[in-house]
Amino acid sequence: MNREQMNIVVVGHVDHGKSTVIGRLMAETNALPQGKLEQVRAHCERNAKPFEYAFLLDALKDEQSQGITIDSARCFFKTQKRNYIIIDAPGHIEFLKNMITGAARAQAALLVIDADEGVQENSRRHGYMLSMLGIRQVGVCVNKMDLVDYSQSVFDDICAEYQKFLQEINVNPKAFIPISAREGDNMTSLSSCMPWFKGGHILEIMDSFEKELGIYEKELRFPLQDIYKFTEGGDDRRIFAGRVETGAFSVGDEVVFLPSGKKTSIKAIEGFAIEEQKGAVAGQSTSISLDTQIYVKPGEIMCKVKDEGAQVGSRFRVNIFWLGRQPMIEQKQYKLKVGTAQIPVWLESVEHILDASELSTVKNKKKIDRHDVGDCILQTYKPISFDLADKIFETSRFVIVDDYEIAGGGTIVRNLGVENKRLNGYIERRDKNWEKSLISRERRLARHGHVAAFVLITGAKKIDKRSLARKLEEKLFSYDFNTYYLGLSHDSERLTSRTGMDRDRVGLLTQFGELAHMFTEAGLILIASISDMDDAEVEILRTLTQPNSLVLVNIGENLFEKENPDLEVPLVSNEEVFLDSLVELLKKKNVIMDYVI
Amino acid sequence: MSDLDKLESQGVYILREAYRHFKNLAMLWSIGKDSTVLLWLARKAFIGHVPFPLVHIDTSFKIPSMIAYRDKLALDWELTMIYGQNKEALAKKQTFPDGAIDRLSCCKALKSEALKHTLSGEWPRYRMDHKQKKYVLDTDTEPYTGVIVGVRSDEEGTRSKERYFSPRDQHNDWDVGDQPPELWNQFKTDFAKGTHVRIHPLLDWTELNIWEYIERENIPITDLYFDQGEGTRYRSLGCFPCTSSVNSTAKNPKEIIEELKSGQFANIAERSGRAQDKEGGGTLETLRKDGYM
Repeated sequence: MNREQMNIVVVGHVDHGKSTVIGRLMAETNALPQGKLEQVRAHCERNAKPFEYAFLLDALKDEQSQGITIDSARCFFKTQKRNYIIIDAPGHIEFLKNMITGAARAQAALLVIDADEGVQENSRRHGYMLSMLGIRQVGVCVNKMDLVDYSQSVFDDICAEYQKFLQEINVNPKAFIPISAREGDNMTSLSSCMPWFKGGHILEIMDSFEKELGIYEKELRFPLQDIYKFTEGGDDRRIFAGRVETGAFSVGDEVVFLPSGKKTSIKAIEGFAIEEQKGAVAGQSTSISLDTQIYVKPGEIMCKVKDEGAQVGSRFRVNIFWLGRQPMIEQKQYKLKVGTAQIPVWLESVEHILDASELSTVKNKKKIDRHDVGDCILQTYKPISFDLADKIFETSRFVIVDDYEIAGGGTIVRNLGVENKRLNGYIERRDKNWEKSLISRERRLARHGHVAAFVLITGAKKIDKRSLARKLEEKLFSYDFNTYYLGLSHDSERLTSRTGMDRDRVGLLTQFGELAHMFTEAGLILIASISDMDDAEVEILRTLTQPNSLVLVNIGENLFEKENPDLEVPLVSNEEVFLDSLVELLKKKNVIMDYVI
Repeated sequence: MSDLDKLESQGVYILREAYRHFKNLAMLWSIGKDSTVLLWLARKAFIGHVPFPLVHIDTSFKIPSMIAYRDKLALDWELTMIYGQNKEALAKKQTFPDGAIDRLSCCKALKSEALKHTLSGEWPRYRMDHKQKKYVLDTDTEPYTGVIVGVRSDEEGTRSKERYFSPRDQHNDWDVGDQPPELWNQFKTDFAKGTHVRIHPLLDWTELNIWEYIERENIPITDLYFDQGEGTRYRSLGCFPCTSSVNSTAKNPKEIIEELKSGQFANIAERSGRAQDKEGGGTLETLRKDGYM
């Protein structure tokens, strides 16, 4: 029978006694290697310094690390209930990055506060971090009670002060425990020095922590990690891969992918060397096939149709911590990773910051410095799917990548909708500064015999849309129309990578949109092809092209749910017929006038 | 879910992240039990397929049956199998078995150097041609930017500091002191040109987990790990001049699991039969910084 295992992180301000707590726990649960305790005691004696339990941990760490670097070290011990892996997170602020990496793997935390020094900067910062990392089970150890004569009032004051802070950040501690790790009070048995304390000792509190708080009971969240078709290996199945974050699903369930909104149902669980399965539950990496051939991209979240489902938005309020060497600033493009989605993101505004150097909350700050924690509003390039931290934590947490490094992280706490404030603000500024021509649209129409438009041909990557776009240019040119094929498309084919939305695609679409605006303002029928456009991207190009219109043509599979292309064909078997139908479409849309041809 | 189920699920998730984000991805396959488990996980992740090449660094001093086993599996499972080696050192007999250099320098030359230059594509790579059933010079010389490796954090000290996705700079160096944060399941999948990322799906597995999984999944493992009736077997595989067998009569995964749980190996380190770990202090860290896996 396998014993249950739990990761617990121990955090707190420097010198508040984290290592002593861990050393004492290990010694008292007989978790130390044979002879270690005696060895360290003897070493202390030889060097005429008093023995401390913290030295035990240092000795173990040295052994583990062969004296290289301070990182979060791992120690193991057992209670009757289960095995514990203790992650000792460094208290120094320089090691916040390591503390966070260690703590992100923990299911519960012990937070150590020095009774004599009281609540310090890192007591608060670490508390905040725990809350943001989603560690809801916290035991607060008020250590060094021997230094304050085991005073109940000192303990009560610290509890009251810290409790107030924890309430503000929505952490509900499991217990406050007055301890002296050095003297062994309330560590693994109740101390006679504090008869006034009615709670449990540390081991009892740890054993009362629960594993995996309710991930099975929550709604289904299955972030789509990738889509496979191993045709080369003679396999024609289209496989949707990912891990169930919360909830469960069964074969036959009706599901919806968000943000696209595409619906289908689950056909089968696909796998290698597995017994036949009827479903999957939270924690399982799995792969499925679907009943209908829908076209979706990695990064979407599969939910059940009958559930409320995940949020969809492009602006949201977040709690954030920043670790990057460069501060997070407005106007700079970053990458947001939430669930399996990754998307360009900007800092819209900073709301509050718990400053790195001070204890106080700072308002009116424009940037987020290294080691700052706070809340702010982010705006993504287009809508994504996520959850709010208080509903489903697993799909609310995110990281932010600056250049190539994970520079920050946090959780989404409020959905502010899908309004593209960035783009709208840009268009407003652009139009205000755009000097209007003396030539009216009507005069251009009279001379050209057509109005301006942006004809965008899209569809799956494998379909050759470029040559069709170029032939359309030639055909319109032969009618003496002013037309131009925008040959940036070659890049766009390359840029639709399996990883989804990337920085280059944003740059490319922006470039397309700007050029479309310029060329159509000049009265041209502009033609271009871009693969794999979705609702949001078409909307961005349409906005950038305004006041001129965008004519959307789609060939084959597409990612659209709301968008209705002006012309849609499953495939092009006869080019001439297709080009004629495009000309008909332009007539119907009143781009070109019947009488001209 | 059992602990093994969780480890499997996490391993599959990491492999899929690697496949999604790295265009030039390869998996190091040492033929040992860990990297064979890794290979099995890949087949789980990609529904029976292994959609990236396996790279083996052939020191030429591997136990011969290891190479036979490698090529058999490569053909049976239709793997894209690549090997590379330090041809110059071997030709000039600059090796420990030839008496020219010490063990560590030998490891550095035949493993670290060979690995570095095979990954970067500077040295020739040999690819198994499934039609001819033999190795031919590989025309692909693109550097691998994502390299999947089967290290486990319980093997020895430095490995416990690894991340799942661990960057290496232009010089193949590993900056242990300044590693990127790794939060939840968000890994370092962005990297600058010239650098690459090592990916470690087995980081949380123990030696015992590995054997339990081999038994559960019935994974074919080279029989060097099992006693063939002589009362000895290998616990860890390497080059024959530097790897010694252990006294054990375990003949199958089940008996090895028993041995690890309560038998003679319950308190003895796995790599104790690997001579290069013992020379000097912190040598494996030195090797690892130089790119040793």
